[in-house]
Amino acid sequence: MKRGEAILVPLGAMIAGLLVFGLFCAALGLNPLAVYASIYKAGFGSWYSWQNTLVRASPLLLCGLCTAIPARAGMIVIGNEGAVVAGGLGAATVGLATLSLPPVLSLTIMALSAMVCGGIWIAFGAALQHYRGVSAVISGLLLNYLAVALMNQLIEGPLRDPSSFNSPASYPLTPDHRLAYFAGTHIHHGLIFGAVACVLAWFLIDRTTFGFAMKIAGGNVRAARLAGLPVGRLVVIAGFLGGACAGLAGMIEVAAVHGRANESLNAGYGYSGILVAFLARQNPLVIVLVSLLTGGLLASGGVLQREHDLPDATIAVLQGILFLFILLSDTLYGRLPFFRSRTPEPKPHAIAA
Amino acid sequence: MTRLTRREFAAGIAAAGVGRAAPSPPPALTVGFIYNGPKNDLGYNQSHAEGRQALRVLPWVKAVEEASVPETVAAGESMRDMIFQDGASVVFATSFGHYDPFTIDMARENPGVQFFHCGGLYDERKHPKNIGIYFGFIDEVEYLSGMLAGLATRTNRLGFVAAKPIPQVLRNINSFTLGARSVNPHATTKVVFTGDWVLPVREAEASSSLADQGIDVLTGHTGSPRVIVQMAERRGLFGCGYQFNQSSMAPHGFLTGAEWAWGTVYLKIAEMIHQGKSVTNGTIPRRLAGTLKDEFCKLSPFGPSVTPASRARVAAAKASILNGSLEIYRGPLRDNEGKIAIPAGKVLKIEDTELDRMDWLVEGVDGRAKG
Amino acid sequence: MQSQPETLGLWGIAVALAGGAMRGSIPYMFVSLGECLTEKSGKINLGMEVILLMGAVTAFGVSDVTGSPWLGVLAAALVGMTLGALHAWLTQQPSVNDVAAGIAMIIFGSGLAFFFGKRFVAPMAPQLPLIDLGSWSSAGAIRSALRISPLFFIGIALAFALHWIFTRTSWGLKVRAAGDDPQAARALGINVNRVRFIAITIGGALAAIGGAHLTLYFPGIWSEGISGGQGLMAVALVIFAQWSPRRCLAAALLFGGAQALGPSLQSLGVNGYYHLFNASPYLLTLGVMIATCTPHRRLAGMPGALGRK
Repeated sequence: MKRGEAILVPLGAMIAGLLVFGLFCAALGLNPLAVYASIYKAGFGSWYSWQNTLVRASPLLLCGLCTAIPARAGMIVIGNEGAVVAGGLGAATVGLATLSLPPVLSLTIMALSAMVCGGIWIAFGAALQHYRGVSAVISGLLLNYLAVALMNQLIEGPLRDPSSFNSPASYPLTPDHRLAYFAGTHIHHGLIFGAVACVLAWFLIDRTTFGFAMKIAGGNVRAARLAGLPVGRLVVIAGFLGGACAGLAGMIEVAAVHGRANESLNAGYGYSGILVAFLARQNPLVIVLVSLLTGGLLASGGVLQREHDLPDATIAVLQGILFLFILLSDTLYGRLPFFRSRTPEPKPHAIAA
Repeated sequence: MTRLTRREFAAGIAAAGVGRAAPSPPPALTVGFIYNGPKNDLGYNQSHAEGRQALRVLPWVKAVEEASVPETVAAGESMRDMIFQDGASVVFATSFGHYDPFTIDMARENPGVQFFHCGGLYDERKHPKNIGIYFGFIDEVEYLSGMLAGLATRTNRLGFVAAKPIPQVLRNINSFTLGARSVNPHATTKVVFTGDWVLPVREAEASSSLADQGIDVLTGHTGSPRVIVQMAERRGLFGCGYQFNQSSMAPHGFLTGAEWAWGTVYLKIAEMIHQGKSVTNGTIPRRLAGTLKDEFCKLSPFGPSVTPASRARVAAAKASILNGSLEIYRGPLRDNEGKIAIPAGKVLKIEDTELDRMDWLVEGVDGRAKG
Repeated sequence: MQSQPETLGLWGIAVALAGGAMRGSIPYMFVSLGECLTEKSGKINLGMEVILLMGAVTAFGVSDVTGSPWLGVLAAALVGMTLGALHAWLTQQPSVNDVAAGIAMIIFGSGLAFFFGKRFVAPMAPQLPLIDLGSWSSAGAIRSALRISPLFFIGIALAFALHWIFTRTSWGLKVRAAGDDPQAARALGINVNRVRFIAITIGGALAAIGGAHLTLYFPGIWSEGISGGQGLMAVALVIFAQWSPRRCLAAALLFGGAQALGPSLQSLGVNGYYHLFNASPYLLTLGVMIATCTPHRRLAGMPGALGRK
């Protein structure tokens, strides 16, 4: 695939999507140009709005990896939300138990605990699929609901801080046991975790033998077995790594944002992560871009309400249109005459298959 | 606490660089509102959005609002946008989960802006001075609503569908039950918890199963108990609303309901700020909590099946509440496990902060106060 | 108001579960049958969640405006067809993944549903007429449980009809061929794309009728939280039911009934651990899946080319 194509096609799709959204706005009697200007201003127009975008993109990076890594081993993971919740609970429990330790140590243990909890949560689904034949789609969905129920039971029961009167929550972490913020910004350090994880995941998938083995196992199980690869173990490890990322996202919510475990752990980041991963075609580096785009759109959701008096649902309409167009634009790769002259590949076989 | 100074620094940069760079012609006062859900849910969020509408009578107020602001970083970002993009100098955060840490952090970051939060727990040792808390004591209205339920029931069994066993909900279950038992000592209340604020199907299922048990008055405390009121109507039962006027959901069986009247609060605060007062220097009370008397909350209009005799009894009780002769939480009160909750001779005034920690259900309630 | 009703005590649980099965199962039934048809043709439609939602708001809106609930059901079906057709068109483009398209549709469609649903929060739309089979009983619980939506019977009939279509008709055979091995199907002269397009479109229509049930019978209002993941769960039930329409019916009944378990246990006085009881349908489904699946004879009815081009 040509580099120019990889940039121009999604860009063109976004422009087309924005045009359609502009028509939608015009039909409502608004000036589309003014709406575009607001979206740009609120999401990307200044360092201030970029901070807003980055803050919102931060959990999506890790939640996207939760689907993207196992996808390379041929697993469709949609249990991200459950893994976030499990990770958050794991982090909070351990974090509260280690308040007497030095903060750096306690935070490290929290992160590890969250990764193990989230990892096991997804690996369990992967193992069920591989060894018992239970579809990971269904187990992931069911495990999401079970994680939320477990969380509610815990924060209303054993973990509950009695002073968290009207919003059941665990006891809080002390301020020095929380993740810090970048100096001069309102972006917390969780963003680094996400960015580093995306780069590491890319390295793992594209540059290591393990990643290569995972891809083979994901492509053709029989061929992988013939090559002597431990397919089951690869699938479970891929699930574990993905889940660990989502678990870490839960830990960041606990340690950086809320300072405790509460029902906001179940805020839908996991579900957004699935979409991010698919839009990025399961490529960890593209996940960064898609997360930024999604974060920026979320950041501009408010301005549509405040400046244009549009309902709260408008931003979902815009997001939906853009995502559909970006998905659809995948079709154009290798079909645009301008690029085709330089790509001697045969017609995509997907049409026939 | 170095993080805080950094954030203040951040606020400074943002304010200098972006916030006031290109101000539109400034209205005398710009206020921002954030709601947790859609602003027409016929429930809690709509009660606040209606309260905000009340500000329209003040020509010098410009009110901006954002609905469906989740209790995540989005809450902080929305408040910050209102301050720097719209120039809001007052922000109302209406959902409990918007408070800690989001309102607190924003208040630290923007010491010149006044923040008002609905129902938060202010801690003066830890929380900045530019936060005010407002809330209503709706127990009295629930008590009156419970009276009508107690008078209307024939099976002496009332049903209460609640979201979560938190103090605010337990207070309402208890005051509703106490109201019912004040006129009908045989009345009992069965509670079903659904687990979350907006679960229409489960609320309907819970209402239905309560109706199956022979309960003939249904009410609830969820984000919008309109499903519950509507299920009561459909099963031929009586229904009492909560949060907002839900009488349209039950044209026959609607008794009354406990509603918020946030417009009173918002007008009051806006007027005080207009007069130059501020919560930061203490000229606006830190905790602005009102009762039925202060018109922070009200009874929904009575439904058609409420008899004149019942109206008279409720009116009399209301008068006693207003003149202070009727106290809801007057000992001796036992909880539903037989323990003394409020000893004889002790009266907990409705403003008493001990009530904010309520973790028991009163005798006559069938349910458990813990998950 | 009704006279002093009998209460049923512990029998109440059985009645509640049966009643719950007959009202709560309907969305699962229609969505899982629609998804079954879709998946048999070789495509996955996760967007069923939003077709349910759009069906719900359309049915409610049309019933409110025209006064006819059946027109509402029809309009919902039409909207479901449109969304189904859109999904079919999208997923037949080369390199568009089914799951991704479904999730993008969920965001787009829920935006639309919430956007246009704003004005339908307050009104009460005319509801579907019910079939009253319980008038013989003096117990309110039984009478109410046996007041059954006509959609329930339509759903049951559909399940058997779909089974018949899959096993006995040539079109059913074409759908299965398209889903099992599209290349072989093409070799046999089947227009795979058209078969799939029709299957997915009809599947969308069915799912939307399930949404109509939510707003026109139980709970009978429009709220943004009305679908609450039921569409996704119904998609999962298709896998649980191993792509058999009759098993879909059974799974929907089981799951709908299990939904009533948590609330009815509480109303009978089992008060603790309500979150876990409320989650019991999910736990139950997972347990059954783990117990019944084996890696060897797994996915007995699974279309061979499911989710692939």
